Amino acid sequence: MFGWTRVSGLTNPPEAASGRLPPEGAPPADRQSRIRGVPEKETQAPVSPARRAWLRFKRSRLGFWSLVLFCALTLLSLQAELISNDKPLLARYDGQWYLPIIRNVPETTFGGDFQTPTDFLDPFIQKQFEKPGNFALYPLNPYHHSTINYFAKEPNPSAPSAENWLGTDDRGRDVAARLLYGFRISVLFALALTVIGVALGVITGAIQGFFGGKTDLAFQRFIEIWGSMPELYLLIIFAAVFDPSIALLLVLLSLFGWMGLSDYVRAEFLRNRQLDYVRAARALGLSNWQIIWRHVLPNSLTPVVTFLPFRMSAAILALTSLDFLGLGVPPGTPSLGELLAQGKNNIDAWWISLSTFGVLVVTLLLLTFMGDALRDALDPRKAEQ
Amino acid sequence: MSALLDVKNLRVSFDGKPVVHGIDFSIGPGEKLALVGESGSGKTVTALSLLRLVPNAEISGKSTFLGRDLLSIQERELRGIRGRDIAMIFQEPMTALNPLFTVGDQIAEVLQLKRGMARAESAQAAIQLIADTGIPEPQRRARSFPHQLSGGQRQRAMIAMALACAPKLLLADEPTTALDVTLRGQILDLLSDLQRRNGMAVLMITHDLNLVRRFADRVAVMENGHLVEQGAVAEVFARPQHAYTRKLIESKPVRDVVEGVADAAAEPVMQAGNLRVSYPVSLPGIRGWFKKGSFVAVRGADFSIPPGQTLGVVGESGSGKSTLALAALGLLPHQGRLGVGGRTWSRSTAANQALRRVVQVVFQDPFSSLSPRMTVEDIVGEGLRVHESGLPAEARRQRVVQALSEVGMTEAQFPRLLTRYPHEFSGGQRQRLAIARALIVQPRLLVLDEPTSALDVTIQKQVLGLLQRLQRERGLSFLLITHDVDVIRAMAHQVIVMKDGEIVESGQVGQVLDEPRHAYTRTLVAAAA
Repeated sequence: MFGWTRVSGLTNPPEAASGRLPPEGAPPADRQSRIRGVPEKETQAPVSPARRAWLRFKRSRLGFWSLVLFCALTLLSLQAELISNDKPLLARYDGQWYLPIIRNVPETTFGGDFQTPTDFLDPFIQKQFEKPGNFALYPLNPYHHSTINYFAKEPNPSAPSAENWLGTDDRGRDVAARLLYGFRISVLFALALTVIGVALGVITGAIQGFFGGKTDLAFQRFIEIWGSMPELYLLIIFAAVFDPSIALLLVLLSLFGWMGLSDYVRAEFLRNRQLDYVRAARALGLSNWQIIWRHVLPNSLTPVVTFLPFRMSAAILALTSLDFLGLGVPPGTPSLGELLAQGKNNIDAWWISLSTFGVLVVTLLLLTFMGDALRDALDPRKAEQ
Repeated sequence: MSALLDVKNLRVSFDGKPVVHGIDFSIGPGEKLALVGESGSGKTVTALSLLRLVPNAEISGKSTFLGRDLLSIQERELRGIRGRDIAMIFQEPMTALNPLFTVGDQIAEVLQLKRGMARAESAQAAIQLIADTGIPEPQRRARSFPHQLSGGQRQRAMIAMALACAPKLLLADEPTTALDVTLRGQILDLLSDLQRRNGMAVLMITHDLNLVRRFADRVAVMENGHLVEQGAVAEVFARPQHAYTRKLIESKPVRDVVEGVADAAAEPVMQAGNLRVSYPVSLPGIRGWFKKGSFVAVRGADFSIPPGQTLGVVGESGSGKSTLALAALGLLPHQGRLGVGGRTWSRSTAANQALRRVVQVVFQDPFSSLSPRMTVEDIVGEGLRVHESGLPAEARRQRVVQALSEVGMTEAQFPRLLTRYPHEFSGGQRQRLAIARALIVQPRLLVLDEPTSALDVTIQKQVLGLLQRLQRERGLSFLLITHDVDVIRAMAHQVIVMKDGEIVESGQVGQVLDEPRHAYTRTLVAAAA
C-alpha cells in the first residue's frame, strides 16, 4: 500500500524525459524523424499522435498480449456467476424448467423436506436430478465463493481434489471460486480507485499548473500537509469506528491516492501553458477553460496514460495488503489478501497460499508488462527507433 | 600540396537509410573549408562521422588524416586523435560545457589528459588560452562556471578548450548560430585570427552564406546528402554551377512591398506612447518570500503602425523586442498608451474579444506553435469557433479551406489536408499553417515574432514572399520582430532599433539602415553585411 501513494517508485517519470526538447537548434528534419513512428503509413492516411502511440504499443508483443490476456481474464471474471456457482444454470424437474441461478426455489420443489432455498450440493438433491427426465446443468465449478462444502470428504482446509480443484480454505469454501471472485473484486476496486485517482489528480494538477503563481503555491503547501497525514493510522481508526466496507476503503484510499499524479500533471501544465500554441490560442481570444480543454489537457495526458497500469497494480496491491492485515473488505468478502492471511495461518495448506500467490503474480506481471510497453510507446526518445 | 584530410566516397546511413551518399572532399593544411547546406542536408552528420561520433550510424568510405584512415583505425587510436589532432566546437556552448566545473578546470583537464601536463602547469596554460581568446580578466574567468559567462564568452571558452592541444584541424559546427549578430562577427574574427596564428585547418559547418563569404577559402555545398558543388569561395559565389547553389545564393530576401510614406490622415492600426512593460521577478533570499522585484523589459516606447505598412523591430536577444510583441498582443500588462484602432487592451477577457480579431500573431518556432494533437482543420478553424461561433460546421470548413489556399496549401498538394496533424508538415509548411490560423479571423495587424528565423534560407524567402503578397492584397499591417537586418530590409517601412529595453533609433527603413545615427545600429548593420 505504500507503493500506492507514490507510484513514482515503480518507474522513472517518463515526462521528465519527454518534456525535454531536442538539442537547441537541432535541424527541423531531425525533430521530425524523432517523432515519426510509422513512416510508411503516414503517406496513406493522416495518423493522430494517439494512434501512432497505439501502433507502437501494438508492436511490443509482450505488452500487447498482456493487455489482451488481462482483458480476457477480467471479462471472464465478470461472468464469475456463470462459471463458478453453487446453483445450476438450468434445471428440469418433473417436466418443469427452472433457472435456479436467477431465482432459487425452496427445497420442497425438488422433493426435499424444508422450505429453505435448495442446496444443490446436497447428495439427496443431486440424486433427485439424476432420475430420468430430470437434469441440472451445473456451472464449470459448482461452488459460489460463499458456498461451504458440508459434504467434503476431508477435514477443512482440504487438499485439491476432483471436487475442489484448488482445495478448500479453513472454512470449507472452494479456493478456486474465491480466487475467481477475489480477482474480480480486486480488478474492479483497482479500476474504480484508478479512475477516481486520475480524475482528482488531473483536476488538481491542471488547476495548479495552469494558473500557477499563488494558486500553485497554496495548493502545493496543502498537498504537503495532506500528504504527511499517516494514512495507515487513519485506516485503522476508521476500520474501528465504521463498519468496514469496500466503499469506505475506496473513499479513504482515494483521499490520498491522487497526489503523486497531480504533481506530474502540474509539471506538464506548467510546461505546456507557456508554449507558443497556447499563446496563439490566447491571442485568438479563447477562454481559460477552452485553452485547458482543447490545448493543454490533450498534450498533458502522457504521464496519466503511462501510469494507468502501474496505478492499477498498486491499487490491487494496496487492497491485498489491507485485507491481509484485516483492515480491508468486510469478513466473508472474497479477497486475495484474506486468502493470503489464511495461507499464513494454515502454513500446511500450501494450496491456499501458493494458488493465491500465483494469481497475484500473474495479475501484477500482466499489468507491469502493459505499463512498460505503454511507457515505451509514449516515450519520444524510443519512438525514433 | 598534400591534403591534411582527404575524404573519399564517404557514406553514412542509419538503419539502412542513407543520409550521406558518397561524398569526396579534402582540406589542405591551414585551409578554411566551409560545408554549406540547409537543415537535413547531412552536413553535421558528415563532420561528426569523421570522428566516428555518430551513434548507430553505418559509415563507409575512406577518410585519410595524416596517412591514417580515420574510419578503419581502432577506437583507441581514434581517441588519441580526437581533441589532440582534430578538435571540435559546437553550436550551443551552454550544453557543450559541463555546468559543474569551472571553465579553467575544464580546459586544464584537456591539457592534463592530452598533453600530460601537471596540475599547476595546466592551470596556468588554461589561463593563457583563455587570454588568447580575448576574454577579459582571464584569471578571474578561469574560476567562473559556465553559467556565469555571457554567451559570447562561453563560445570563446569553448574555442579555448578546442585549441588547448593546438589541433591541426578544427571542426566548427555552426559556431555562431546561437549568438547575437554583433557577437558573430567577433567570434568569426577570433577564429580567423587563431587559425592564422596556429596554422590549423578549419572545417566550418554552416547554413549562413554571409559567414562563408567572410571566413572561408573554399566552400562545399551539400544538398540531401550529396555534395553538389565545391570550389574557391569567390569562384562559387561569382559563378555558381549547380542550380541548388544558385538557389542558395539567391535566397537573400527580396524587397517587394508597396512603398510610400504612410498617409498622415489615415488612422494608425496601432499606436503606442511611452509604453512600458515590466514583469515581476523573484528577489533572492528571504526578501523574495514577501515581495517581488520587477524587471522593466520595455520602457518609453513610442511608435505607430499605419495601415498596410510594416514596422520592423530589430534588436538582439534580451533587448525586449519579444516582450513588446506580447504587450502589443495584449498578453502582458503594460503601462502607458497602447491604442489598437482607437481602443485599448483591458484586463477582462470578454472586453478584449473584439480587439483579438484585429491583432493576430505568428510565432517563431513552427514546432511549438501548433498543438501536436489537433488536426489542421481544428487548428486553423479555432479562431472561427471563438469569433464566429454561430457559423455552421460546413461554412467553417469552407473558410478553413479558403484560408489554407491563401497561404498556398491545397488539397491537391496535400491529400486529406484537413485531417492531417502538424507532425506531417515541414517547418515552412507549419509556418504557413500558423499564418492561416491568424488570417482566418481577418485581422488588420499581424504581429510576426521572428517568423522566419527557425527556417532554412530558401524557405525563409518563400514565407517572406507570402507575407508580402498578403500585405499587398489585404492591406495588412505587420509588426515584425526580428534580429535579422536582411529581413528588415526586405519587409519593413519603418524600423525601430531596440537595445536593453529602450528604442535607440527609429525612422524610415532606408534612412535607419543606410545612415545609422546610433553606434549600436551601426554595429548591427555592419555585422549583417
